[in-house]
Amino acid sequence: MAVLLVVMTSAILLSRTPTTTSTARSIKVKGSTTVLPIAQAAAEAWMEAHPRDSIIVEGGGSGVGIAALIDGTCDIANSSRTLKEEEKQKGLISHEIALDAVCVVVHQSNPVGELTLEQVRRIFKGEITNWSEVGGPNLEIVVYTRESTSGTYETFESKVMARENITLRALTKSSNGEMVQAISGNPNGIGYVGIGYLAQARGVKALKINGVTPTPETVRNGTYPISRFLYMITKGQPEGLAKDFIDFVRSPEGQKIVEEQGFVRLP
Amino acid sequence: MKEKIRLKLSGKILTFPPASVSILAVFFIFIFVFSQGLPLFSKISPFNFFFNSTWRPTATPPSFGIVPLFLGSLLVTSLALLISVPLGLLGAIYIAEIANPKIKEQIKLTVEVLSGIPSVVYGFFGLRVLVPLVQKTFGLPTGETALTGGIVLSIMILPTILSLSEEAISSVPVEYKEASLAIGATKWRTIRSVTIPAAASGITAAIILGLGRAFGETIAVMMVTGGAPIIPTSIFSPVRTMTQTIAAEMGEAVFGSTHYNALFALGIVLFTVNLILNLLAIRLIKKKKW
Repeated sequence: MAVLLVVMTSAILLSRTPTTTSTARSIKVKGSTTVLPIAQAAAEAWMEAHPRDSIIVEGGGSGVGIAALIDGTCDIANSSRTLKEEEKQKGLISHEIALDAVCVVVHQSNPVGELTLEQVRRIFKGEITNWSEVGGPNLEIVVYTRESTSGTYETFESKVMARENITLRALTKSSNGEMVQAISGNPNGIGYVGIGYLAQARGVKALKINGVTPTPETVRNGTYPISRFLYMITKGQPEGLAKDFIDFVRSPEGQKIVEEQGFVRLP
Repeated sequence: MKEKIRLKLSGKILTFPPASVSILAVFFIFIFVFSQGLPLFSKISPFNFFFNSTWRPTATPPSFGIVPLFLGSLLVTSLALLISVPLGLLGAIYIAEIANPKIKEQIKLTVEVLSGIPSVVYGFFGLRVLVPLVQKTFGLPTGETALTGGIVLSIMILPTILSLSEEAISSVPVEYKEASLAIGATKWRTIRSVTIPAAASGITAAIILGLGRAFGETIAVMMVTGGAPIIPTSIFSPVRTMTQTIAAEMGEAVFGSTHYNALFALGIVLFTVNLILNLLAIRLIKKKKW
């Protein structure tokens, strides 16, 4: 009886073929919810052309992706912000993959169509509290912001807030998607999202900032004031599937995917 | 005889490891949370953590004040209890004393189902249904408030309070009821003056356990309370709970950083509160003197 058990067990164990052959590769891509739609679409396109490769894409925010990359629990970190000094010192290298605009969004019923950067800053600081102060209806302004894990948040903080603090009264959302959902449900609201989320969004509209509408053209020529690069980040130089994937996203075919997702291709 | 001893011993050997695993698990979690959280107090003073009212972990310079978060958790939990304790208690009385057996079965079944719904589903329901409803009903700038969180939580802890209270009421010796009725008290008078007081410690334990569950709930409150780390000035104020703070910020806190330690320190507070509540509840259920 016992002998039979031993023989069966060893037969099962020895009959296992290695799960990763030299031609089947897999990587994990994690981080920015802004980059997420691009990464997911590109991963699907790649896996269709290369069925043996597996690319798993997750969100969580730029900060989460970078932390995971440092910890070694992912291969590529998607990021919508630049690397901090401490992160660069850990050997992280960023690769530009697209251009993006951070759009200030309000409910589509809001008559306000444009604001100056200064006004946006004062609203988010909590100094301007009623829509009537900026030409809108007599409604209390409800500020929506992102959690600190967000690269979009970091970009907004540096390009709009000039590092001044956003009001503690701001409601926090954990992803671009949640932000769009929240604003589309609240006529009092104001928030910010990556331009790629505007295409499919219903119920929100982007404001003109300093008179400039966020479009691929104004992002490319730099007239829209809240523009930024989107990155895929690796620890050290990328190799294998990670390198192939990043090269793919930067290639003409990958850039086409970038545009299909509502973002702006690299210059 | 030897056979008997061998069976007894092997029984003990078989059952001891699984039992001790759960104790060990709690012990190790305790050690882990404390070891990752205590270093915070070598980086910032305890006063700056426990009595500071600004939570801005990523600012320069960062601030790790727990006050708004603790008050947020407290307010949402209190509101939840305010709603679910009367409902749970009255429901328990109804089930235990008044309902006929058929209805009793139905209600118990429904309550069981309610307790099995995942919290994220409650959160989703809260976000899509309650938040706009609260905003409209009270004419608020936003429906993401402590009240909304309290309502969602109350639905979640209702099964706990109701079923435990019902058990406590059912286990009051029938002789008490018979004696009360025998001396001429009405059924309702009996319930009010005899049964409930006799079940008091069990009911209190049920409430404390419900409180513990509400205090530690994360995802459901995260989706409906707004997440603004401010000291709430009314039930219509957005709040941020300690649990939601850990869930939202842990992903990017670099291992070993002050922010990381601060989040674990929040965990220490939650762990301690839960421990105290559970010890209280156990003592009450056993009807020991305090």
